[in-house]
Amino acid sequence: MKKRCLDILEQSKSRGWVLEPEAKEIMKLNGLHTCRNWWIKDAADIAALKKQFTYPVVAKVISPLIMHKTEKGGVIKNLNSADELTAAFKKLSSLEGFEGILVDEMISGLEIIAGAQDDPQFGKVVMIGIGGTSVEIYRDVAIRLAPLTENEALRAIESLRGLDLLTGYRGAVPVDLKALAGFFSRFSKLVFNLGERFKSIDLNPVMCRGEKILIADARILL
Amino acid sequence: MAIFGISMTNPEHPANIIYSKNKYHYQTKIYCINPSGGTFRGEKVYTGIKEIREHIDVAVLVIRSDLIPAILLECIDAGVSGAIIISGGFSEAGRHDLQEEIRQICLEHDFPVIGPNGLGVFSSPFINTLFFQDERFVKPLEGVIGLASQSGGILVDLMIRFTQEQVGLSRALSIGNKAVIDEVDALRFFNSDPRTKVIGIYFEGFTPLRGRDFIAELKKTRKPVVLFKAGKTPSSMKAISSHTAAIAGDYFVFNEIIKGTDAVEVTTEPDFLSACEALSYYGLRKLDSVAILTLSGGHGVIASDYFHQLGIDVVPFPDPDSRELRDMLSVNIQEIASFSNPVDLTGSASDEDFIQSAKYILQRDYVDGLLVLYLPFIPKMTSSSLPWRLARLRSEYDKPIIAYVPYIPKFGVFIEGFEAHGIPVTHSIESAAKMFKAIKRKK
Repeated sequence: MKKRCLDILEQSKSRGWVLEPEAKEIMKLNGLHTCRNWWIKDAADIAALKKQFTYPVVAKVISPLIMHKTEKGGVIKNLNSADELTAAFKKLSSLEGFEGILVDEMISGLEIIAGAQDDPQFGKVVMIGIGGTSVEIYRDVAIRLAPLTENEALRAIESLRGLDLLTGYRGAVPVDLKALAGFFSRFSKLVFNLGERFKSIDLNPVMCRGEKILIADARILL
Repeated sequence: MAIFGISMTNPEHPANIIYSKNKYHYQTKIYCINPSGGTFRGEKVYTGIKEIREHIDVAVLVIRSDLIPAILLECIDAGVSGAIIISGGFSEAGRHDLQEEIRQICLEHDFPVIGPNGLGVFSSPFINTLFFQDERFVKPLEGVIGLASQSGGILVDLMIRFTQEQVGLSRALSIGNKAVIDEVDALRFFNSDPRTKVIGIYFEGFTPLRGRDFIAELKKTRKPVVLFKAGKTPSSMKAISSHTAAIAGDYFVFNEIIKGTDAVEVTTEPDFLSACEALSYYGLRKLDSVAILTLSGGHGVIASDYFHQLGIDVVPFPDPDSRELRDMLSVNIQEIASFSNPVDLTGSASDEDFIQSAKYILQRDYVDGLLVLYLPFIPKMTSSSLPWRLARLRSEYDKPIIAYVPYIPKFGVFIEGFEAHGIPVTHSIESAAKMFKAIKRKK
């Protein structure tokens, strides 16, 4: 486990969860890709960074007091210009504990959910499912013991009832299952290596398009 | 074997029953122990384990729970190899402290113990610690299925079912409260037991993190394993702060993780029996598509539906094959039977049509197994040699055949014929389809 990861976890311990940009940093340090994102602490930085953004973007509040951002009105989507982003910054800055905003590029693709938890029977387990109603209504997920080889990860993905959605249903761009299996395997190894340092992890959603597997939101509970 | 707890006043005391049945029906030499000494049915009653001069392989404890820690220490001191604790009065009765005490004694002295609060071991012809009079219980058949159960009552139920269906057991193990030996040890034992070819385990839950050891052991196991886990109520997820935790209840996690192994999971006692039985005949194998050979269209359609639900293909035969099969059979059925899949020979078919069809089907490389829906009441189904001839085809083509035969005593000659020649028989079409599902190796 890299020192920076351990430092983030240590610094977040008293809060009980890891701020989203730092959770994403841990993922990146372990070979998992995220949507491009910027932690903006001062509205003046928006102008300086504006050429780097590919609109539309989403702005999310960063606050040690707000874990469930959407419920607190801390997420503003479909921002198409620096002006809109600045306005969003101003709005979000009124939320309690405000420490800036996270600007995420909005990526199209198929949403999946990946997660991990400490199971009383099995210890560290990882989960993958297709996002939205597949997971929430049909509980169409695969759960396996961490860590997984790429082959085991692929078999888990192939066990999903909604596999057709991944392989190009109704002309959609198919998700590269090998790339997704690689992602899930790397995630499972991270989970295993984290050991007792966390309670649960949610990567929700992870956007998939072809070979691109990008984490759009990450939450680590300690 | 030394049995603690022989009663001089209560002939139906479990210790007395265990003593009697082992003394007269099993091969292990048995000693009885009671601190009062004396004689029991003409045999010397020893006052303690140290009075016995011979080495004792197993001590069977049927005494008050609070006496057990001291007796265990005496057994360990006397060089006994292990113990079975039949007595209850431990964690199931709130005495977690007492169970923990015996666990610590056993771990400290590396002393294997089965139980407490279980029925112990059935391992014919050596030992049987189930405390039922023989005349009030079935006599299990010798076979290749090893059973382990957390519940003694369910183990008994399963033993009755297996015996009624003529399915034999290698050994049976009631692990009870599993203070020391649990389902992981049972799995490890049966995997190395030469008498056991299929392992069936009923249990209700793992102790913390033991599920991980169980999966590791399962991955090492070379034999088919059938798991029947009760306790499926989702655990209450209080804080839904984690999406993953909200989705993953205890049973759901178990069920999902088992999917990633080769083990077969069942959810009912009949399915447990069917899966164990089918695996004892055929083991795990590739089974992408099956063929159905029937004498009744309705039976064939129902079977197709079950296979579809279970994710097993019933692939229609190519037209040239259907035509070739039709031309081989009796003229009187050529215009009325169906020759795709299911192959429905109708009630006008003869034994010979049935055998020729089975042979042709088993020769097809796109068929991995054959379900025969055999109806002995069909007028031209007369030959009692049909099961034997089908069994010969099964061996020749090395493809599993499972037979459905409706049950009435008159059909016994056919049912026994199939079973005697190594073709499993069920009396429900659903169960037959589930048998195929059980032997299908996961991808």
